[in-house]
Amino acid sequence: MLHKSLVVAALLAASCGAQAASDADLAAIRSQIDEMKKSYEQRIAALEQKLAQAEAAGKTNAPAGAPVSASASGAAVQSAGARPSLASSAAAFNPEVSLILQGQYAQMQNVPNRTITGFWPAGGHDHDGGKGVTTRGFSLNHTELVFSGGIDPYWRGQAIFAVQDESVEVEEAWFQSLAIGHGVGLKGGRYRSGIGYLNEQHPHQWDFVNAPLMYNALFGQEASYREDGLQLKWLAPTPVFVEFGAEVGRGANFPGTDSNKNGAGSWAAYVHVGDDVGVSNSWRAGVSYLKTSSGDREAEFVDINGLQAQGLFNGDTSTWIADFVWKWAPDGNPKYQNFKFQSEYFVRKDKGDLTCMDEEGVGNACATSVTSDYDVRQSGWYAQGVYQFTPEWRAGLRYDQLDSGRQNLGANAANLTVADYKPKRASAMVDYSWSEFSRVRLQYAQDKSMAGITDNQWMVQYIMSLGAHGAHKF
Amino acid sequence: MIRLMMSLLLAALCFPATAALQVFATTPEWAALVREIGGDKVSIYTATTALQDIHRITAKPSLLAQARRAQLVVATGADLEIGWLPLVIRDSGNAEIQSGRPGYFEAARYVTLLDVPVVLDRTHGDVHAAGNPHIQLDPRNLFRIGEALAARMGELDPPNAAAYQAGYKAFADKWRAAIARWEKEAAPLRGVPVLVHHASFFYLSHWLGMKETGTLEPKPGVEPTSGHLGNLLARQQNVPAKMVLRTAYQSDGPSLWIAGKAGIPAIMLPFTVGGTPEAGDLYGLFDDTIRRLLKGLN
Repeated sequence: MLHKSLVVAALLAASCGAQAASDADLAAIRSQIDEMKKSYEQRIAALEQKLAQAEAAGKTNAPAGAPVSASASGAAVQSAGARPSLASSAAAFNPEVSLILQGQYAQMQNVPNRTITGFWPAGGHDHDGGKGVTTRGFSLNHTELVFSGGIDPYWRGQAIFAVQDESVEVEEAWFQSLAIGHGVGLKGGRYRSGIGYLNEQHPHQWDFVNAPLMYNALFGQEASYREDGLQLKWLAPTPVFVEFGAEVGRGANFPGTDSNKNGAGSWAAYVHVGDDVGVSNSWRAGVSYLKTSSGDREAEFVDINGLQAQGLFNGDTSTWIADFVWKWAPDGNPKYQNFKFQSEYFVRKDKGDLTCMDEEGVGNACATSVTSDYDVRQSGWYAQGVYQFTPEWRAGLRYDQLDSGRQNLGANAANLTVADYKPKRASAMVDYSWSEFSRVRLQYAQDKSMAGITDNQWMVQYIMSLGAHGAHKF
Repeated sequence: MIRLMMSLLLAALCFPATAALQVFATTPEWAALVREIGGDKVSIYTATTALQDIHRITAKPSLLAQARRAQLVVATGADLEIGWLPLVIRDSGNAEIQSGRPGYFEAARYVTLLDVPVVLDRTHGDVHAAGNPHIQLDPRNLFRIGEALAARMGELDPPNAAAYQAGYKAFADKWRAAIARWEKEAAPLRGVPVLVHHASFFYLSHWLGMKETGTLEPKPGVEPTSGHLGNLLARQQNVPAKMVLRTAYQSDGPSLWIAGKAGIPAIMLPFTVGGTPEAGDLYGLFDDTIRRLLKGLN
């Protein structure tokens, strides 16, 4: 095939001198091409036959490990036809399949309905009773089933199912473009948004058992913003990594709410830059913005007399995230030793109105519902460092801090109390990996995310992956 | 109008872009081979160095930025780069270098892979389904790879196709002579039993007729354990290896330990271009490899 392309290339080159060729000339050239084509096809067929014979002979004559003489090597090297394509282990299964097994043992205080003091609880008040990382004792985290593969030369697809007792959740299911070019990448379906750094990572890729508090405050227990929508990315043609991304989507997930309407319920934009410093260091930094809107987003409040009240938020939420990751490995070889520093910071603004109600009839301050301005600006950050000091062992520290910030409730300030609090948590972990595919982790955390409670948490977690080789994301 | 457009099109074809062919090579040996074939007509980015374990690379931002600009990716294939290259190529937004396009070249497709696992099961370690991917250490493999690579470079950069062919021919002639010289020099290595850290030297041993009697890793990709090293040492009694081999990127601890206990030399081999100061190009790679092996024999 390569020969043919060469012939065509040569003809094109030759044609440069013959721009004024007459029709007769063209016909002559056509017939010549046809002749050449025929003769080349015959010769290629003959070569292929010879090659097949040579390979068959080679297999019987040269068992592995047998010394091959210099003259034989000279003879064996002349044919350059590609062998039939080797199926890689992953592509042998179409699509690639992998399964993540993850579970834990946790020892912590018994706190019903864990929330983060001063922050709007994602998922309203319908707490799932916790099969998540806050379950005490032995438990299975969700089991992740991943399918991915090329669809055709233009598209690739991936689906990730999170399997739990009595439920299968479509975590991600998307297609991605392969053939647009010019640095453009298009993704559509359900995906983890490209905002921030940790947002795209699944729990088995985390360096700690649980996500930073910041991600729980921003997006709830799942600690990731997922979107049903479209993502467009553009990678600039520069030697330094510069990537722009934009997304539009349904916006049904916290901090937004689902709505029955045409058009997009949320949008996001971000830019990432990154590069190497010498051979041993590489980094990436980014700024992201997410805009969501809420209709009757619900949460439990406490009124001025300490009675339960319900609040409904209507308005827009703007989230800014700045992220930074630095990785170091001696000579750029992370196998034996490496260090990773990672930090993210967010500011979130809720702007709209809040309706205070007494749904349960407990006689709170909002017995007749009150609607007033709701203007809240909150922030938080985390920083973590993980050091791998042998091929098997890693140790890491993380510090989380949030600030409940400015919470302007307008007229409802007379009815509801909101906590002014700075949730904090410090975590330390050590993990051991037998191979790239199995890991066990011990983590201790002192969690002060709830006012008045200091929870000393011990967790042991395992993460195992079967099947197709996972990707080493930066 | 049509004639004008045709003329313009032909004119565009006749005036080649002056920029060099942009090549993204995953490893130093393929960068060196591209240089032998393309000379100054190519601009090469090498994604890894000889001091890096290519299995363990991550999809760094710098790799994405370089893949975005590449016209040709030259990879080993056979799953060697599976942890990062598919991700880099996918996220590069570069249609030309996707698998199946002329801009994606896998060297392993042009040689007969050895050490193909009979059983595909990770309880046997991080096995490569297609076979052992460290193909560069049998210099004879570079003929087929080089010829196919020169053709591919010509396909992507037709104005220089003849130069690439000539570059390959010149390389092949010199290479053939060098192989004859190396095989003569390395004759004393035939039949010599060796221990290896990882199955990195399978093709080298196959070429020179050395016998690998054990691997320091209990399974591919699993770090040497004291128990396994103890067993290897016990085996030395019956099957005495003459030396223990490792690459520049593998830790020296396990080979030094067993070398010290068994009283045999631990030899670090460059493994690829740049692995030692002497291995500055493909010729230096094999010159130095054979020099170090012969030194270990004495």
